[in-house]
Amino acid sequence: MSKAVSALDGVAFEGFAKVEETGLRGMITVRGDLASKEMAAAVKTATGAAVPALRKVTSGDKASVAWMSPDELLVVVDYDQAEATVSQMNEALKGSHALVANVSDARAVFRVSGDGSRDVLAKLAPVDFAQEAFGADDIRRSRIAQVPAAVWGNDDGSFEVICFRSVAQYVFDVLKVSVQSGGEVGFH
Amino acid sequence: MLTLQCPYCGVWAEETELHAEGEAHLKRFGPDSDDADFESYLFMRENPKGVHLERWRHASGCGKFFHAARSTTTLEVFGTYSAQTLEPPQDIKDKISAKIPNWSWREFS
Repeated sequence: MSKAVSALDGVAFEGFAKVEETGLRGMITVRGDLASKEMAAAVKTATGAAVPALRKVTSGDKASVAWMSPDELLVVVDYDQAEATVSQMNEALKGSHALVANVSDARAVFRVSGDGSRDVLAKLAPVDFAQEAFGADDIRRSRIAQVPAAVWGNDDGSFEVICFRSVAQYVFDVLKVSVQSGGEVGFH
Repeated sequence: MLTLQCPYCGVWAEETELHAEGEAHLKRFGPDSDDADFESYLFMRENPKGVHLERWRHASGCGKFFHAARSTTTLEVFGTYSAQTLEPPQDIKDKISAKIPNWSWREFS
């Protein structure tokens, strides 16, 4: 198999906060009835996490699971674990109406860290990034400038942005503009 | 700017995160229907001054379609509700009636 590379090869930029591409990440789209016993069991065995509540992210020993829509989850694992996790979940969901697909190579991930991270994102997305409205383990699907993206908060106060790989350069460029020194807002 | 709450993910989404999808509660007339019904299904739309029921999609969010009841004159939003319904729920109708007594929209009032 050919050597896998991430969209922008770990590019980074530092202004009043830091933006970096995090590199390869395993991502699995899971669709099905999130309230069903089968789904809860499949998610538990494959990731060690529970099925997340509305707009939340749960973490297990093997992977994190993010709520994407009323019938969709995103499982985030190590890149080389993705295929194994897909087959494990397919096995566990056998017989129920569900879809599990490895979308790792279709995505890019950026991390925004530093004091002004909330401002960096708030400039680009129509989302309330106030501390009490959006914290660790929250996920929000929205747009970054003109393209769809999802953002979640990490425990260390940084944020991760996922977008389609085809628009990775665009998203990095707008994040770069947003994070430029001199562009501090000081709102959040 | 119009802000609607998506009934599926609970987000208060502003207009640029949504996509307008036309009129709500259209009854489809497909194969074997008569021409007049098919024509009205395809082309005849309400254009009210006042209460309007619309379909929206949370396009950059959870991706779901939902319905919204609002006024085209005051831009007031009476509420949003699930798309898995053939008519507006009673609480939405009550909210509209509280503001605009004797309203009607197609067969609903």
